[in-house]
Amino acid sequence: MKRTILSLGGLLLGISFAYGQANISPAKPQTKPVVITGATIHVGNGQVINNGYITFVKGKITGVGEGAAPSVADAEIIDATGKQVYPGFIAPMTTLGLIEIEEGARGTVDDTETGELNPHVRSLVAYNADSKVIPTVRSNGILLAQPTPNGGLISGESSVVQLDAWNWEDAAYKKDMAIHLNWPVAAGGRERRGAIPVPGVVQETPAQRAQKKVDEITSLFEQAKAYAEIAKPAVTNIRFEAMRGLFNGTKKLFIIADNAKEIGQAVTFSKRLGISAVIVGGKESYLVTDLLRENNVPVIIRETQTLPDRDEDDVYLPYKLPKLLQDGGVLYGLTGTGFWRQRNLPFEAGQAVGYGLTKEQALSMITINNAKILGIDKTTGTLETGKDANLFISKGDALDMIGLDVETAFIQGRNINLDNLHKQLYKKFSDKYGLKE
Amino acid sequence: MIIKIFIFFLSLIDKFRGKSIYMKKTILFYFLFFALKVCDAQETFPVNGAWDIRPGQYAFINGTIVTNADQTISGGTLLVKDRIIEAVGKDIPIPKGYTVVNLEGKYIYPGLIDAYTTYGIPEQPRQVFGAGGFGGRVIVPVSTKPGAYGWNESIKPEMNAKTVFHGDAAKSEDLKKNGFSTVQSLIHDGIARGTSVVVSLGDERDNLIMLNDQAAAHYSFSKGTAATNYPSSLMGSIALLRQTYYDAQWYKTQKGEYNISLDEFNRTQNLPQIFEVSDPQSILRADKIAKEFGRHYIYKTDGLEYRRIAAIKATGSEFIIPVNFPEPYDVEDPIDARSIKYDQLKNWELAPTNPGVLEKAGVKFAITSYGLTNARDFWTNIRTAITNGLSEKQALNSLTTIPAEMLGVADKVGTLTKGKLASFIITSGNLFKPDNIIYENWAEGRQYVVSKMNIADLRGNYLVNGTGFANTTLTINGSPGVYEVSVKHSGTDSTRTRGTITRTGDRVSIYFDYKQNPEGIIRLSGYISSIFPITLKGDAVFPDGSLSKWTATFTSAAPASKSPSQETPKPNLNVGPVIYPFAAFGNAEIPKAETVLLKNATVWTNEKEGILKNTDVLIENGKIKSVGKNLPSAGAKVIDATGKHISAGIVDEHSHIAATGGINEGTQSVTSEVRIADVIDAEDINLYRQLAGGVTTSHILHGSANAIGGQTQLIKHRWGMLPEEIKFAGSDGFIKFALGENVKGSNNGPPANNAALRFPQTRMGVEEVYIDAFTRAKEYKTARAAKGSTTRRDLELDALVEILDNKRFITCHSYVQSEINMLMHVADSMGFHINTFTHILEGYKVADKMKARNIAGSTFSDWWAYKSEVAEAIPYNGKLMHEVGLVTGFNSDDAEMARRLNQEAGKAVTYGHMSEEDALKLVTLNPAKMMHVDNRIGSIKPGKDADIVLWSADPLSVYAVAEKTFVDGVLYWDIEKDAEKQKALAADEGRIIQKMLEAKNKGAATQRPTTTRHRLYECESVEEDNFVVADDYTEMERAKQAAREARDHNEQ
Repeated sequence: MKRTILSLGGLLLGISFAYGQANISPAKPQTKPVVITGATIHVGNGQVINNGYITFVKGKITGVGEGAAPSVADAEIIDATGKQVYPGFIAPMTTLGLIEIEEGARGTVDDTETGELNPHVRSLVAYNADSKVIPTVRSNGILLAQPTPNGGLISGESSVVQLDAWNWEDAAYKKDMAIHLNWPVAAGGRERRGAIPVPGVVQETPAQRAQKKVDEITSLFEQAKAYAEIAKPAVTNIRFEAMRGLFNGTKKLFIIADNAKEIGQAVTFSKRLGISAVIVGGKESYLVTDLLRENNVPVIIRETQTLPDRDEDDVYLPYKLPKLLQDGGVLYGLTGTGFWRQRNLPFEAGQAVGYGLTKEQALSMITINNAKILGIDKTTGTLETGKDANLFISKGDALDMIGLDVETAFIQGRNINLDNLHKQLYKKFSDKYGLKE
Repeated sequence: MIIKIFIFFLSLIDKFRGKSIYMKKTILFYFLFFALKVCDAQETFPVNGAWDIRPGQYAFINGTIVTNADQTISGGTLLVKDRIIEAVGKDIPIPKGYTVVNLEGKYIYPGLIDAYTTYGIPEQPRQVFGAGGFGGRVIVPVSTKPGAYGWNESIKPEMNAKTVFHGDAAKSEDLKKNGFSTVQSLIHDGIARGTSVVVSLGDERDNLIMLNDQAAAHYSFSKGTAATNYPSSLMGSIALLRQTYYDAQWYKTQKGEYNISLDEFNRTQNLPQIFEVSDPQSILRADKIAKEFGRHYIYKTDGLEYRRIAAIKATGSEFIIPVNFPEPYDVEDPIDARSIKYDQLKNWELAPTNPGVLEKAGVKFAITSYGLTNARDFWTNIRTAITNGLSEKQALNSLTTIPAEMLGVADKVGTLTKGKLASFIITSGNLFKPDNIIYENWAEGRQYVVSKMNIADLRGNYLVNGTGFANTTLTINGSPGVYEVSVKHSGTDSTRTRGTITRTGDRVSIYFDYKQNPEGIIRLSGYISSIFPITLKGDAVFPDGSLSKWTATFTSAAPASKSPSQETPKPNLNVGPVIYPFAAFGNAEIPKAETVLLKNATVWTNEKEGILKNTDVLIENGKIKSVGKNLPSAGAKVIDATGKHISAGIVDEHSHIAATGGINEGTQSVTSEVRIADVIDAEDINLYRQLAGGVTTSHILHGSANAIGGQTQLIKHRWGMLPEEIKFAGSDGFIKFALGENVKGSNNGPPANNAALRFPQTRMGVEEVYIDAFTRAKEYKTARAAKGSTTRRDLELDALVEILDNKRFITCHSYVQSEINMLMHVADSMGFHINTFTHILEGYKVADKMKARNIAGSTFSDWWAYKSEVAEAIPYNGKLMHEVGLVTGFNSDDAEMARRLNQEAGKAVTYGHMSEEDALKLVTLNPAKMMHVDNRIGSIKPGKDADIVLWSADPLSVYAVAEKTFVDGVLYWDIEKDAEKQKALAADEGRIIQKMLEAKNKGAATQRPTTTRHRLYECESVEEDNFVVADDYTEMERAKQAAREARDHNEQ
């Protein structure tokens, strides 16, 4: 807050305290080297360095270690004694920047295109870098996100963005890196009750209905694969062009599937087509860990803070899911829900700690594991030399609501503005009532 | 005149049609008394041709006559004259002129009575509603039915089954085959459904079969086909029925209004009152109304009384129960089998015990065949019930005398007594034995042949003679009606094959295939040419088309065949226990309050003592006994809480769990008459899940679809208790108000066909809804208070008067500052107090104004951006309201968030650095204050309720796990016991699934698993249009759930 910001005053450029969003500007590129000292450094890969230092120059980490930092000429020194340093959190599978107000303002909703098969629509171009929501998420340590389209069978393709940009072009961190598929749900033989049976008409079971859609998808992907073998087809199909990357390893297929059966189908499907797949949701993935591990298919868990699907499930099942996948040897990441709720991503991760995961494993879920799944682990996800300086300093434990207090954050070495609409309104009304913040 | 003749001609055709069917059924060896069948004499009807009045005199002799469940006469005689039992007993002389039927070896039972059918009632036309949720539906505020009827179409006591009943010979067959000769027929539609009839199942003019033209008045909670929007929820149905009782009383005292519905409602009050309900909670809901209005209902149920037999017994009511026991599920696929709920598994096992459980409890009940998908399952299921504890005597009473009494026809049917109607059945033996055959069903003296008696039994070994049949024997076994045949050819190329036999009267046809020598099907047709010994004779056609004659002569009795249908099912007494509630994680025994000493914890007292380290808490008799260091442990169970934390139980000010049948009665802008108290669902798994998050008290609110919603209910999470038992006794009554987008319907779809919209559509209109409602309430209060007032009691206005009198308190759903300010001004001007603004996301903007009026704020910790009116909702809201001095809390409005409200409180530390001590109060003491129960709960203080939670860590931390949760000193949640329960649950599921597989292997029909889950409600949940005409709300819920799932799938 104000106090924090003032203490870092020299680092920040052009901060003013007028109200509104227009004044929260993207930070300028890193010009001076930065050295953080005395911190507890959570590397992201399970390692914790007490009394550690971290140095970064021109946006890249140049050193991480324990004890006194090596001297760096002209560096800005940040004493973080008693504080925690984390890799920037990564929020995959989100509508952040695609939706401003969920209901009653359709004009601000850009996550769902019409139609069933839209591999060619791109979320990146709809990403609103000026969204008022982004600063509220960023100030909780989420520095990268994957704005993702929804709807239909194939929803579109997504990119990874960094959350401090003038526009989507600047925001792009990894472009058009995934295509999103909603696996048809058969849901264990559930059938529609209460429907009036028409004599002589055999009602399609949900399983049959789902199978039809699976057939439709399979056919599409087989044709897309064949299409991809030809460099310059006589007739261009922009859907197939978009899918080309799936067959040359440049794009991943993110498949939303929750039930064990459907996860099984999805894994077999992608294996047969030679596609690199990611399961998203995976509520029952704990039942098929062998399959997932053996086929190297990772899972992005959607929320730990949710209810079990079945009354008979362990009441804590969603809290325990990360631990079950950890024990099953599956690579797993985590996302929250929607867009604004991604600011709770650290707590969604922390939730698993009371139910079996270690704190560092929980941290890995939303840092290095997500980075690996998104294919950005070479440049981010951990605090290691050579990677981008995507990191933040928190006064306390960032996975816990009574600890999280982000003082300073860097994206590619840029010291970003942590102000947001909520802090501004807080200030405005604290002033009205004559309260101290 | 021409028309009259034409109608008469039609009736004649009917009669001939009936007779021709009858003719087909007659057979050679049958006594020919059909010729003397009683004619349908009908005094007022003209006759075409000669009158045909027959005496209808029969003597049934030598049978075993079961006159009622307590009396059996062997070798008795039953005399019937003109449809009436003339005499029954031993050694009764047979007068001349009687057709004598020898029933040696056979039994006569009273004709059975089905106490609940829709036989002969035309199906109600289904109303077509606009699709697409509340906003899209056509507004039908009052009845569209022409005539001087009441305002709501679901209240139709004016419906008389007698005016629409029309017998249907084809449809009566299923009933008659099962032995029913008398049924009650009712109009199965609406909340007040009018009166039913009792009829005999004789296939003749409706005029002749009516036994009771006003048997009972019927009710349910389902609005059925009514087009009127209200009610759209179960609580609305209950409120409407309650109001109707008051309206009917008022109607007697007034002269201004003529109202057929109310008039008929009053007129039918002296009849038996039959209420269709579903599960025990539904029974108890109806019973609450019964007690409130001094009514006595007979309940037609879903047959689940075994789940709460003590409470059922305590109603003191009679019951009509079905025997539609569930089929086993398909469980071969372990993943698919996961969709079967534990209560479904258990119900499969326990449903057949229900009749026996009721009998053992001494509850009076009739049995109906209603609800069976297949009428043929009736006897199988009755026998299953007997195997599971129902006595034959009770079964017979439940099918004869008990329904006869219930329906006011005990003087006519139910026993074989002189002077009663000749309604009886003839059987091969004991009615309840598996091999029993019902031969004939005499409904009020009209014979119906179910299965022919006194015909030659063809079972036996036969020697076959004829060209091509050298060395051939034939064996017929099975049972009469379901014969099986095998043919054996002995000699050099000896072979044996099974064939198919069909018998039609005295004719038989047989075909079989030797597969070789010759190859192909050999077909025989023939007739019974002699019965001593039985000889069959006829023509044969060989595969090559050649013809031959054949004769088969009885040589010896056939060995008994081992068909599966003949096997007596093994008595299956190995069933799991009833659990409370009847759901996953239910308890076989409800846990009791204990004396417990929790030692050496960090205790968050919420009192001036603050947070105490290394402190003990002693609970006893459901209360907190003492708090201090090194407390003596005398007699208490000691729990070492070293390193752990203890807090008061969490209180959720805004919850929508544990309610059923809809959370919004949003069909009108003012519905203050509806009560969540009426629809508490104490079996909601979320009660248990939230105990696992430390929640002990929840305020269950009506939704936010309208400006003045329903009355709310404060509950405690007493997992396993009944709805009435989980209510927070003695707490003040509250009511839900709402402002903003939901009230004005801004996020609903566009209206269908430019239909009218519900007022209001703007925040301007919302104000006027309040002004209007409270203006009316004030005038009403004055009018009611006047001496000798005849002002109609209006439950809607009663609730508003309670608010004006400070006897009921408002919690108002609210978002933006303008509307909050508005309601505060309305309250000021109308003279009422707002207790709490709930959600209140812009409370921080008007906190000073709320403070001035002493209004509490119960908000979300950090929700925003999900709709326009939360565009400026901030996570510092709680902190700001708290700092201004409001009683501030955080609530959930969500079954998921509710179970980690401790973390939500922790976010007051994240955003605004509230002290941890104050932060925890946001979800404990402060909501208790808002609900006026802080004298009982909300802090750790001697004398307060022992609602406490043992946490593994700082309760505000994401890492804190609720290890134990006590409510009133009862350990309802224990993480260790839960682990045991999970194991036991899996084991019991495995056991039942094994049993299902065995049943399936034995040939039982199965059903596919279908998922039915608790609907999760939040403020905005609105019941979909009532497009489903459902038997009850449970069914309606199921159907809606399925529809939602189907839709969700489509959307995915």
